[in-house]
Amino acid sequence: MPALMLIQAERVSREYRLGETVIRAVDAVSLSIEQGEFLALLGSSGSGKSTLLSMMAGLDRPTCGAIRVRERNLAELEADELARYRRETVGMVFQSFNLLPRMTLEENVELPLRLAEVDRNDRQSRVGEALERVGLAARRRHRPSELSGGEQQRGALARALVNRPAILFADEPTGNLDSVNGEQILLLLREIQGSLGMTIIMVTHERPLAEKFANRIALLSDGRLVSDGAQR
Amino acid sequence: MKTRDLGELAVRNLREAVLRNSLTTLGVAVGVASLVAMLSLGVGLQTLASQRLTRSGLFDAVFVTSQRKFRRPGPPPPRDPTPTKESRILDDDVRQQLSKLSNVTEVYPQIRFITDVRCAGKSESTSVLGLPDSSRSSGAFEGMTGAYFSSPTAEEAILQIEFAKVLSDQPPSLVGKDLTLRYAERAALSKDADDEALLDSMMGGGKPGGISIVPHEKTLRIVGITESDPSAGIGGFGGARVYLPLKTAEQLHVAQPDDVQAFLSGNPAKPSYMALTVRVRSPKDVPQVEAAIKQLGFATFSLLDATKSLRLVFTVFDLFLGLFGSLALTVASLGIINTLVMAILERRREIGILKALGATDRDVRSLFFAEAGAMGLFGGVFGVALGWLIGSALTWGTTIYLHRQNLPGVKISYVPWWLALSAIGFAIIVSLIAGLYPASRAARLNPVEALRYE
Repeated sequence: MPALMLIQAERVSREYRLGETVIRAVDAVSLSIEQGEFLALLGSSGSGKSTLLSMMAGLDRPTCGAIRVRERNLAELEADELARYRRETVGMVFQSFNLLPRMTLEENVELPLRLAEVDRNDRQSRVGEALERVGLAARRRHRPSELSGGEQQRGALARALVNRPAILFADEPTGNLDSVNGEQILLLLREIQGSLGMTIIMVTHERPLAEKFANRIALLSDGRLVSDGAQR
Repeated sequence: MKTRDLGELAVRNLREAVLRNSLTTLGVAVGVASLVAMLSLGVGLQTLASQRLTRSGLFDAVFVTSQRKFRRPGPPPPRDPTPTKESRILDDDVRQQLSKLSNVTEVYPQIRFITDVRCAGKSESTSVLGLPDSSRSSGAFEGMTGAYFSSPTAEEAILQIEFAKVLSDQPPSLVGKDLTLRYAERAALSKDADDEALLDSMMGGGKPGGISIVPHEKTLRIVGITESDPSAGIGGFGGARVYLPLKTAEQLHVAQPDDVQAFLSGNPAKPSYMALTVRVRSPKDVPQVEAAIKQLGFATFSLLDATKSLRLVFTVFDLFLGLFGSLALTVASLGIINTLVMAILERRREIGILKALGATDRDVRSLFFAEAGAMGLFGGVFGVALGWLIGSALTWGTTIYLHRQNLPGVKISYVPWWLALSAIGFAIIVSLIAGLYPASRAARLNPVEALRYE
């Protein structure tokens, strides 16, 4: 059975204007991602991989080109529709974890459920389930400052998963972790991809990790897609 | 986001920067307090003036006289185009009729006479006045020596201090002593009287019957001495020095100037009155009652226009007090804007995270709005309490000062429920307006740029 096409980027460009200078961060990139894939966007710093990820996650809009997710062009969506896409279809993990420091881990994980107006009675079980999956059920009442880097990233992963998204975007998820914790996070991602059938798009500059965990690597350089190939 | 979640997040955010948010909220509270204190002073003074004037009986009373033609000296009055109703005497029937009008609480006659008073071995001539039972609450007897009449029919008297000083060097010592009135009692003569023939010959072809006036004495117990003059004002004409309960005064059947008029009009058996005072439920009922009495064919007089002017003066007074109070709240609103703009700078990354998790611009705007509103609510509630305290302190200070001047204390500040609720509502509205700019600025933040912010 042919896999379902989930995301299609068609000649996507993103330009930034700095005074008179125009910087093209992403330059006419075309990319198709099927449902259930674990894609690594690989490239050095400034290659445009995070910008491309932001556009696919609905955080930014392309200057030209189209990004279609399930046939809907994100570039044409209204701001509220784009917010809904981020809320219901997408989960995000960042390099710097981005947990809100004044909230407990449990409250951080509950935040997407509040935004999605999930019934209060369902929230606790879903938060518990997400924290269980990342192995942090015992740390639910702790604040981010009381957790290690690895635990914070696992907490961020639980927050990204709690709304049961179809696509998980991870922007340098191991960038602030040591190699052991980094590998643990990627193992977790792969396990989630396998068990939940989730599509994962990860930005990284660490080729060995990308080669070890991703199904496919797309290499970017100076905003352009240099190579795109399946790992196995 | 649901309202409850929004509220919880807003309160949580306010708790985090507790010192800064408390200071901003305190700013709002001080603004609201100054507004409440100013207006409570205005309301308190207005209430005090209204109460005093209402209790004086000047503004909730209609003074009724008979519409008899009386040719005064000078040029003739202009001709009244309205048809003249039949002239009626103010007697007990009319009194009953007036007391049945709607919103009328009391109808009483003016019973006043000059008589000889014997007390403490001295005999003096002075003016005596009958007081209706409602005088008890008129405020004229506040701070009096002794007590008010024990009942509306008590055989008791209250002396005005100046008269008491004439009777005794130590006026308070008169309380409890007896006082004897020597007055002219009026009685109607029937046709069966022994002197019928004499009367008939004196009346010539006139109507039969007549009145007799005989000297009489009545002993009353002095129960109090008042420094004020409760008989002053419209309908009172002032100057009375001995006061009796009205019903007691009526039972004395003292000869009144109108008795001769009643005798000539052929009905000497029934007492008639020069004027009746009609008390109404509240000053606003005066026009309606006055119109109804005029319909019955009597002349009326009231001080309604004076109350209208008084209300106008207080409305302008309140307006100015409110404006000065609002200035402080306006300064406080600048504090809210400053706090929220600072919060946006500090929480830029948080806004980016919220947007990345799916918060709409509206969610972010609402969150900042809720925080501004919460500061307004807390500041408003605290400010009302503070304003009430300031008002109470002013009342307390004024009362101490008045007591030192041997005057009764007054409540010069009053916070009615509508002022408390309006002040809280006003604080919330001002805070929300102050939050408009910061909230829309936060909502417009680009999530990618916000997430990049360290």
